[in-house]
Amino acid sequence: MQIFLIRRSLGFLATLFAISVIVFLVMNVLPGDPAVTILGIDSTEDARAALRAELGLDRPIWLRYGDWVWGAVRGDFGTSYFFRVPVSELIAERLPLTLSLAGLAMLATVLLGVTLGIVAAANHGRTGDWLIMVLSQLGIAVPAFWLSILLVLLFAVKLRWLPPGGFPGWDEPVLALRSLVLPTVALALVQSAVLARVTRSSALEVMRLDFVRTARATGLPPGRIWGRHILPNALVPIVTIVGMQVAAVVTGTIVIENVFYLPGLGRLVFQSIANRDLFTVQALVVMFAGIVVTANFLVDIAYALIDPRLKGRLA
Amino acid sequence: MRRRQVNLWLGAALVGLMTAVALVSLFWTPYDVTQLTISRKFEPPSPTNWLGTDQLGRDVVSLLMAASVNSLTVAFVAVGIGGSIGTALGLAASAWGGWVETLVMRLADLGFAFPALLFAIMLAAAFGPSLGNAILAIAFINIPIFARVARGAANQVWTRDFVLAGQVAGLGRLRLTVDHILPNIAAPIIVQATIEFAVAILAEAALSYLGLGAQPPLPSWGRMLAEAQTLMYLAPELAIYPGLCIIAAVLGFGLLGDGLRDVTDPRLTRARA
Amino acid sequence: MIEAKEITVRFGAAAALRDVSLDLAPGRRLGVVGESGCGKSMLGLALMGMLPDAARLSGSLSVDGKEMAMASDRDWRALRARRVAMIFQEPLAALNPLRRVGETVMEPLRRHLGLDRDAARARALDLFEETGIQDPAAKLRQYPHELSGGQRQRVLIALALACDPGLLIADEPTTALDAHVGLRITDLLVRLARDRGMALMFISHDLAAVARTAEDLVVMYGGEIVERGATAEVLADPQHPYTQGLLAARPPLAAGHLRERLAVIPGTVPGLMHLPEGCRFSGRCAVEMAHCATVRPLERATGPFRSAACHLIGGER
Repeated sequence: MQIFLIRRSLGFLATLFAISVIVFLVMNVLPGDPAVTILGIDSTEDARAALRAELGLDRPIWLRYGDWVWGAVRGDFGTSYFFRVPVSELIAERLPLTLSLAGLAMLATVLLGVTLGIVAAANHGRTGDWLIMVLSQLGIAVPAFWLSILLVLLFAVKLRWLPPGGFPGWDEPVLALRSLVLPTVALALVQSAVLARVTRSSALEVMRLDFVRTARATGLPPGRIWGRHILPNALVPIVTIVGMQVAAVVTGTIVIENVFYLPGLGRLVFQSIANRDLFTVQALVVMFAGIVVTANFLVDIAYALIDPRLKGRLA
Repeated sequence: MRRRQVNLWLGAALVGLMTAVALVSLFWTPYDVTQLTISRKFEPPSPTNWLGTDQLGRDVVSLLMAASVNSLTVAFVAVGIGGSIGTALGLAASAWGGWVETLVMRLADLGFAFPALLFAIMLAAAFGPSLGNAILAIAFINIPIFARVARGAANQVWTRDFVLAGQVAGLGRLRLTVDHILPNIAAPIIVQATIEFAVAILAEAALSYLGLGAQPPLPSWGRMLAEAQTLMYLAPELAIYPGLCIIAAVLGFGLLGDGLRDVTDPRLTRARA
Repeated sequence: MIEAKEITVRFGAAAALRDVSLDLAPGRRLGVVGESGCGKSMLGLALMGMLPDAARLSGSLSVDGKEMAMASDRDWRALRARRVAMIFQEPLAALNPLRRVGETVMEPLRRHLGLDRDAARARALDLFEETGIQDPAAKLRQYPHELSGGQRQRVLIALALACDPGLLIADEPTTALDAHVGLRITDLLVRLARDRGMALMFISHDLAAVARTAEDLVVMYGGEIVERGATAEVLADPQHPYTQGLLAARPPLAAGHLRERLAVIPGTVPGLMHLPEGCRFSGRCAVEMAHCATVRPLERATGPFRSAACHLIGGER
């Protein structure tokens, strides 16, 4: 188990390192001169030289990479060229909103997806199963941003129950939560359609296994058979998909924040692209990719916790 | 088994319809989509304009038709590029094994850390937003997917008797790969490509919606939605049609891919029946 | 304990069991033999109320005098573990791989008997000892994959005995085990049945194992009971052609002999849909007569407490 943890952790760090190299290369080397990227091609050579000196762009590339990574490790992502404040400050300011949205969406996804999957599997071959499968097939094809627009049309424009967008800040907790309802639903509906299908097929596989028959022969009621015997054994594929969905939901917040004008990291990325704020975009891309990799890493660890048989094999 | 066939035929019908519409729109649309008639903006559906007109007086049906070309082209080019590179890498990994395989598979793992959107954001920040960058981003995420599928399928074919016979006869790995392995992994590759077509259409729509894909005046479902969103109080119906087109396209390729997989891989059908 | 009268189990038009009657008194040990597909496992599941959803049961099935043929799953749940229990062929597959075996055995104790954790553990420990598990305290904390095949089967027996059932149905409990381990399991089952005054229904295709375990024997073919009687008598002097075939096909028991089949019943068991309407064995029977395929033979006495269902028996002989 320890060896497994150490090996996975090393792999995780290597992946993070590789990500930082790729992002740095794409953003700093491929386009040529970052000063041109930031100032535009119609800028004067003097202005570019001044900017290079200001941002330290006149130094060799590996030194710049080293500085950037060393700073990032300590939580320093440089200074935003546009906002003139440390990038870490910008991130700290917006991170809570993005994390809240992603967290709520994941919670809703798991609750809804797993429940629907179980209901479908328990009614295998009957109308309920068929209905859930058709709806989830449709749900997978629905773009989250389009669903968002429909939700706004219905609940904000027509019924006026919920705000169409914007965020009042956490000082007004009720209003803040209200403004997160539609974005959460938009993110979660699509993802839970995927999760419902995976849960269903995984549960159907497990339901056929002999130990479920043993549990029935022991006189256990269906609720307990599901909770203690079927679901735990169906969990590995479910956890795999949930890990991938963390990635999908986190990048999904980028889109959804822009649909609902929520001032989180996703909005910040787009403002920074428009502002040619290279360092900020760079930091954010690494952060998002880092979250995706971390989610996959945690899933790997979760496998070993779920299944005692793997513990022995992985060690 | 019957349900699988339904998937296949429904998917094939949707994809066929979509392709037909796109092909027709290359030569003919009810109205010219580059023709702006501001005096006729926001017209309701009528016998002449089935779905009405948009904020610039363009015929919505014509726009949706023209945009289908964009969707299909982006998906075709992106999946084509990414799929070819990925398949080649996967075949190489399977043929040479050892460190080649390790390297390819590690790179594939790494590739999964970058969803298309992140990659497109990087490219947009470095080079400015464009449809080309969107295609590149979508192609990129397809590489690791196809590398895995191709390697997995190829590894199975390498153990088959006729390949072993070829090895005994002294044929090189490259020769064997081109002549024997590739034709035998065509089915899973085509299935995967069909499914990735659906993903690519969805990704293109999202990127264009965010302004990272198709740029004006190129008609695109994603961009139509972005414009419609700003006009939500004036003409809410404009936000509906492009979404339905996206769903039809994604559903079509998704069902077709599922159906093809069930037909070509009976093992899976049994496991999921 | 259990009384089945002419129970029939149908899947659509096909009958997996046809007019099976059976009496199981407390403390009696009954063997059920037949080739795979003869319906012996289906009979076990029927007595547990665990037939597949698609199955339709008719006839009369009473447990402790209570009619259960039409009972709901909820009513059956009250009987399972407490009155009827069952163990299965593949002990590894039959245990939840993610739970310590102690937890698995404690589950019915806590649920059905309302024991608290400590009491349930103490009881589980007793059961492990009773079923001959070495070092029971340590085994409670182990996972199924950490145990040997014989130990797993003992765990399943302990689980089945947890709520002190009146009948234990053992469906091929030794088939997946090594021969010598299987022998010890059969002996354990006999001892437990005797000590507890529990009825045992031992389902197997292995005549040697049945001979060692059961006082009474029923032979099944095509979803019907074709012969029944005291085990020793039936094996010594089989009346039904199918039983005779089974015995002839048995590999020699003495060590040193070649394990070749001396005689084999021709053909294979036909699918449920293709069973003949009359005698189920017609088509494979060596002494078949013209009307066998169309006219159903009834069970006729062939001696005290013995009977067989064959047209050759009784008046027509």
